[in-house]
Amino acid sequence: MADLITYRDAVAEGLAREMRRDPAVVCLGEDIGAAGGVFKTTVGLLAEFGPDRVRDTPISEQAIVGMAMGAAMTGIRPVAEIMFSDFLACCWDYLANEIPKMRYMTGGQVTVPLVVRTANGGGLGFGAQHSQAVENWALAVPGLKVVAPSNPSDVVGLLASAIRSDDPVVFFEHKGLFASRGEAAPEGHVVPLGQAAIARPGSDITVVALAATVPLAVAAAEELAGSGAQAEVIDLRCLVPLDMATVLASLRKTSRLLIVEENPYQGGWGGTVASIAADEGFELLDAPIRRVAAECVPLPFADALEDEVIPTTPKVVAAMRTLLAY
Amino acid sequence: MTTVIDGPRLLELYEQMLVIRGTEKAAHDAFLAGLVKGTTHLAAGHEAVAVGASAALRPDDYVFATYRGHHHAMARGASPAECLAELMSKATGVCKAKGGSMHLTKASAGMLGSYAIVGAHLPLAAGAAWSARLRGTDQVAVAFFGDGATNIGAFHEALNLSSVWALPVLFICENNLYMEYTPIGTVTAAKHPAADRAAGYQLPAEVIDGNDVVAVADAVSRAADRARSGGGPTVLEAQTYRHFGHSRTDPATYRPASEVQEWLDRDPLDVARRRLAELGVPDGDIADANVRAATTVADAVAAAKSADGADPAQALTDVWADGGHQWRT
Repeated sequence: MADLITYRDAVAEGLAREMRRDPAVVCLGEDIGAAGGVFKTTVGLLAEFGPDRVRDTPISEQAIVGMAMGAAMTGIRPVAEIMFSDFLACCWDYLANEIPKMRYMTGGQVTVPLVVRTANGGGLGFGAQHSQAVENWALAVPGLKVVAPSNPSDVVGLLASAIRSDDPVVFFEHKGLFASRGEAAPEGHVVPLGQAAIARPGSDITVVALAATVPLAVAAAEELAGSGAQAEVIDLRCLVPLDMATVLASLRKTSRLLIVEENPYQGGWGGTVASIAADEGFELLDAPIRRVAAECVPLPFADALEDEVIPTTPKVVAAMRTLLAY
Repeated sequence: MTTVIDGPRLLELYEQMLVIRGTEKAAHDAFLAGLVKGTTHLAAGHEAVAVGASAALRPDDYVFATYRGHHHAMARGASPAECLAELMSKATGVCKAKGGSMHLTKASAGMLGSYAIVGAHLPLAAGAAWSARLRGTDQVAVAFFGDGATNIGAFHEALNLSSVWALPVLFICENNLYMEYTPIGTVTAAKHPAADRAAGYQLPAEVIDGNDVVAVADAVSRAADRARSGGGPTVLEAQTYRHFGHSRTDPATYRPASEVQEWLDRDPLDVARRRLAELGVPDGDIADANVRAATTVADAVAAAKSADGADPAQALTDVWADGGHQWRT
């Protein structure tokens, strides 16, 4: 049995590995130093790397991400933390107008190798301003790479690729997964950006998932297996680059596509996956494409209400059964 | 190392300002002739800020400018021809015609961009200054911005954090009295919108004559020295005035005629000519500089006009560091 590690410890481990490897890697954000991060995802970094490379900032999201950009343009590889992904709205100018456009607007003169890490998603009862899944915000902007790991090993491997990337990366860590455990990443573990994983093999229906919807989809698939059907669960790992080759290859086997996403149906990333599947995989399909996504409402506080809004195992199982019966 | 500006050096700076003025006028003419699409924000009148600051900075320092940034691009070494070509959508544009007037950039000369979201680049300059500190160099970073930027949050976030971290960054406000079409004084709770705010962040500030290239060079030199020696940021508020409107064909009729005349009487080129005379630079040398500058601008206009148009294939390049735009398999 391999060593187990939590998703939250994997974040600190992934950061530490890259900081040991490359002195140009630095971290900045609110409460990331002495406090070890409000989600305890940066524990130990200050002690090992010192205050020059692990910097606590004021509550100034524009300064955090803007300074990361200026540093990235001049030879540093900053990893900026925005505490909750909802707060990306406070510095959205940098993610929408500055960081993704600078290389293009200057005709390739400028490189912006930075990572913005942020805690994303619901399921913990934080209410409407601290629970959103906003990976679709980043997907809407050409020029950003978008990463969202589902397990501790991928956290380490994808962080390595994100930090080493010469392109800007938004790295979504899912709040609902921080306490989850998985196999520790071996030394030197690197997961390339844009390479989806088969989280569970199957031949009857393809379920495309990301971050917290991966374990959700796997749980639903296990429940479905009791009635004899095998779902193949694909963990996209990244929205940009988007590994549609893996999705289309799976559809050649299954002919049925279900997408499980935590962001709202309205403008959610599943719409992009469905669009490509319809465009390039229409003849592979034996049933309509279905999406289980968040309802198009602000995230409510109470568990009983939140469960009505975000994807749950029963919703995914029901959608799979409907598609299989089509 | 304080910058010394003697007669021959001032003559060089004067010629640089003349070239910028001539290029801005050429840009205006090209816009009116339909050769420049979109918009332009001309910096005629602001030349002394860019040229004076550049004279006081080192080639390896970093400069961040605004959408009114032609003068900064040229002062740092972008050629008038490649700037005009950019405005005219030509393949030889400094940004391959992918940026346009508002985004002139010459990264190889430390001119790290012109930013068109007001105030956004102040944290970038702070970040470049932080980077210099991390890499153990004594480079400084400079953010040039307008008076209007002093009322946006990024200005305050950048000043605060730069002060706390004592970063080697200079914040240089080009106060031309108008936030686009609105007098800055009518929307700002400070007489000097940049300098008066500095005290709130425990930063030193100076209000300087932005139309006197020597005064600008002196002030920037002092501030850069302080920054390089670990003394932290400085806020400079350079008082200046634009000779054209805010953008495009804005005739700037909201500015009183007496005010316009008062500032035209303090044209930075006239101020420089007076200083050249005081330093004993012969009239003939000044006349020669005038001729050289006019030739430089005329050649640049001709080169830009005759250049090939933007290459359509460039539309799908330069998104990612590998040069491409692929976002999926």
